[in-house]
Amino acid sequence: MVKKIRVLVAKPGLDGHDRGAKIVARALRDAGMEVIYSGLHQTANQIVNTAIQEDVDVVGLSLLSGAHMTLFVDVVTMLKEKQMEDVLVVGGGIIPEEDVPRLKKAGVAAVFGPGTPVDDIVCFIKKNVKR
Amino acid sequence: MNDLASRVVNGDHRAIGRLITMVENDEPDAINAMKEIHSHAGNAQIIGVTGVMGGGKSSLIFELALAYRAEGKKVGIIAIDPTSPFSGGALLGDRIRMMDLSTDSGVFIRSMGTRGMIGGLTSSLYDVVEILDAAGMNIILIETVGVGQDEVDIVKIADTTLVIVVPGLGDAVQTIKAGLMEIADVFVVNKADQPGVEQTVAELESMLDLATHIERRTPIVATSAKEKKGIPLLVRKIAEHQEYAKKNKVFDVRRRQRYEAELIEIIKKRLMNFIFDEAKLKRKVDCCIDQISKKELDPYTAADEILGIMLK
Repeated sequence: MVKKIRVLVAKPGLDGHDRGAKIVARALRDAGMEVIYSGLHQTANQIVNTAIQEDVDVVGLSLLSGAHMTLFVDVVTMLKEKQMEDVLVVGGGIIPEEDVPRLKKAGVAAVFGPGTPVDDIVCFIKKNVKR
Repeated sequence: MNDLASRVVNGDHRAIGRLITMVENDEPDAINAMKEIHSHAGNAQIIGVTGVMGGGKSSLIFELALAYRAEGKKVGIIAIDPTSPFSGGALLGDRIRMMDLSTDSGVFIRSMGTRGMIGGLTSSLYDVVEILDAAGMNIILIETVGVGQDEVDIVKIADTTLVIVVPGLGDAVQTIKAGLMEIADVFVVNKADQPGVEQTVAELESMLDLATHIERRTPIVATSAKEKKGIPLLVRKIAEHQEYAKKNKVFDVRRRQRYEAELIEIIKKRLMNFIFDEAKLKRKVDCCIDQISKKELDPYTAADEILGIMLK
């Protein structure tokens, strides 16, 4: 049997807008991936524990509230603490340009803003998945 | 014992997650670990939860898990959702109703796609149950995909099967049909906060009245996961069924059936791999298919020829 890419699409923090996250989840499903959707208002701890139990290859974080510098970095740091460096972390939502380099330095592999074609996200994941 | 297997038996969540992925992907390394953990499994109580889609299975499982956690039991949850027959992908969304459990180290939740299996289950489910059992879970809750009338395979795995019905899905004739309605060890009428509960319960009761030879009348419990009602009673009815099953050998019979189904599944899988992967046989199979489509050979004779080569 072929290995399937498993992705956790998660909404950290307090904003309640998940249309973007659902569109991405649907697109990844249609690209043949198994997508676990967390639902709203997740803590970094919940996201990391879910990633461990579901043994995902990718964590996709969506955030529109402005707390990405804290919450995205928390998730990446906690994944590292749990020896989960082989999980690809990507982000999306309303992320100002000037924050992107710092997020990448922290370990977020890519940031997809509004208007990104979903195919770009699919391609990026397929190309960069680490295991 | 191999490292992964011993970590699983010690309840390491990372190792449990990894081994489940390996069995789902049919990785050869998984087999050694599965061989080693077998003797550690067999203690968990396995509860199947099935019923129509949107019936509140996930929310009910969340409430049951909380109740078992309050008793100090470790809980494993397997939530199955359908795999797309077109893309092979899946959107696994049962966890949304259970996220409050994801920081509890006494709970392990895994979402699975059906990956082409019919019957509301997935082919690696036997292995996944065995892994969670060996990892020390006292209770394993299995949520099937939302089912229609005929997806009843859960009984091949569960010690106790809950069939969830909700008010307003049809008249009394639905309840005397065969299939899903026959497999319940406990009926759960969920969404009891909505109108029509009494009627649904009454229809189920009258269905049970029609049975002519029963040793045990299936209990009916009305619950509302939303309003957290009826959960303690449901937990008690599940425990009573366990007691009944153990006293009447039903438990032993079901466990035996589960191992039989699992063994047949493994043999089938290996035979199929042998027929379709072994270079010589694969050529023969392809050649037979060509001949069948040209009407030079019929499928039965072709099957005889292929089996003949295998048994030589």
